[in-house]
Amino acid sequence: MNFIDFERPIAELQAKIEELRLIEGDSSINIGDEIERLRSKSEDLTRSIFSKLTPWQVSKIARHPQRPYTLDYIERILTGFVELHGDRQFADDAAIVGGIGRLSGRAVMVVGHQKGRTTKENIHRSFGMPRPEGYRKALRLFQIAERFRLPVITLIDTPGAWPGIGAEERGQAEAIARNLYAMTALETPVICTVIGEGGSGGALAIGVADCVIMLQYSTYSVISPEGCASILWKKSERAPDAAQAMGITSDRIHALGLVDRIVKEPLGGAHRDPDTMARSLRNVIVDELERLDAMDGTFLRARRYDRLMRYGRFKERE
Amino acid sequence: MSWFEKLLPSRIRTEGAGKRSNIPEGLWTKCPECGAVLYRSELERNAEVCPKCEHHIQQGARRRLHWFLDEGTRSEIGSAIEPIDVLKFKSGKKYKDMLAIDQKTTGEKDALVAMEGRVKGVLVVAVAFEYGFRAGSMGSVVGERFVRAVDVAIERGIPFISFACSGGARMQEGLFALFQMAKTSAAITRLHEHRLPYISVLTHPTTGGVSASLGMLGDVNIAEPGALICFTGPRVIEQTIGETLPEGFQRSEFLLKHGAVDMIVDRRKQRDTIANLVSMLGGLPKA
Repeated sequence: MNFIDFERPIAELQAKIEELRLIEGDSSINIGDEIERLRSKSEDLTRSIFSKLTPWQVSKIARHPQRPYTLDYIERILTGFVELHGDRQFADDAAIVGGIGRLSGRAVMVVGHQKGRTTKENIHRSFGMPRPEGYRKALRLFQIAERFRLPVITLIDTPGAWPGIGAEERGQAEAIARNLYAMTALETPVICTVIGEGGSGGALAIGVADCVIMLQYSTYSVISPEGCASILWKKSERAPDAAQAMGITSDRIHALGLVDRIVKEPLGGAHRDPDTMARSLRNVIVDELERLDAMDGTFLRARRYDRLMRYGRFKERE
Repeated sequence: MSWFEKLLPSRIRTEGAGKRSNIPEGLWTKCPECGAVLYRSELERNAEVCPKCEHHIQQGARRRLHWFLDEGTRSEIGSAIEPIDVLKFKSGKKYKDMLAIDQKTTGEKDALVAMEGRVKGVLVVAVAFEYGFRAGSMGSVVGERFVRAVDVAIERGIPFISFACSGGARMQEGLFALFQMAKTSAAITRLHEHRLPYISVLTHPTTGGVSASLGMLGDVNIAEPGALICFTGPRVIEQTIGETLPEGFQRSEFLLKHGAVDMIVDRRKQRDTIANLVSMLGGLPKA
């Protein structure tokens, strides 16, 4: 198993348990009780550590290399998934995946950022950082969904849009803006879930929705903590302070009224039990979809518009 | 704060907040590009374009709208909307204090000024970003004023013009700032439903969340000469890919070449160009 730095005490206990297991195998002494005691101790420890995570620790979980990614959820939540490729203009961007599949029997369009686990995969998928063609592929799939009245399910998990020469040349800003504009006007239901990192405009570009969900240990922020820290203090090492100041965790954002629902993660985070995580997420999406199904397209669109207009906090003089 | 505002003694800067057009701002100004020493009032008559080298000096939001809209036709929209520090953001300095400082130095409550008025007789709504206020960054007030201004354009059935000048979304307002990208983009869909033209003028610099929302969504996108217009800033790209960027990368001329903007228009010609465009796009005032 892969442990994050603040999980070291848990890792040490786990190592001890493994050691005892090996001994148990080749000795006649019964140490099962001892193993059981350590296992329960490890669980208590995990619970205690995870009950008081700092925002920076949460963002480490959100970026955990074993955290389930979009395709892991698609595999567990959908049946008969058919992946669709390309923006019909320039390329197929592997940092965004999408396609049609069945969710509890009904056809839906799913679009999400996709990170890689190995170096090779990460290069192929640009670490989940889309170029304009990724956003334009997403837009194309949204339009198919609209045409055939398929609900849209988006999964956000990106550090941000790809910072590169080609991406800028091909209109990164326009591609993101166009999606914000187009998603506003869809008359089919849109449900968005932040499953890992919600990194600024590159995340929001597939995030305009009728219902915004965050997994418990996911993050959503206007700029990465490192980026914020390097602007504010000229030191990216102060990212933990930036994470604290910006309020990037699901509980904080939910309290501010910017997301609708939080889906609880298994003890120790989604990567400890991807199957359970996927089941919980699936249930929440199915539940929300049922609610949105009751609304007709025109109403849905007007409702989404009103939601967008309510974002913001200010005061107004008489 | 723009460079020439920094030169001013604070006594002059803070005077007459909110109605700066008649306030003298010091007699002389130096062109940041060619270094020519320019007579301030002459520079202002030239729309703050250096008469020696044609450099477009950054223009404050209020001065820009006063220059752009016909004398005696302007009325402000949404000026009663003011920022608050929802997150209690602290980074050494408190966000609340940063706001107070920028309010004092710019005379503005936040980074967007919105007005209704006429351009060469044609009724329009125009908004302009104030770079001197938190680098023109977009937070809740900018988003709300933008939407209110769009609403006025729809109510009156008149065209909408935006002059962007911004570093992007405002970090100190966290996710509220990010979501203003969606809010302002959504407002533009309504403008289009009502078949009202939206002209987006991109000035130096327009980056991040502002270019990737309201900035790039114009029916016609116009860039000022030599402006930096991008999503990811050049420094970040350079750090990421570890290469030096080509000359002129992400400048107006580069954007025109790559099809991101329709045209580059000298500031002194923008009134003519825009009045002509919106009158042809059917943006004539309702009787």
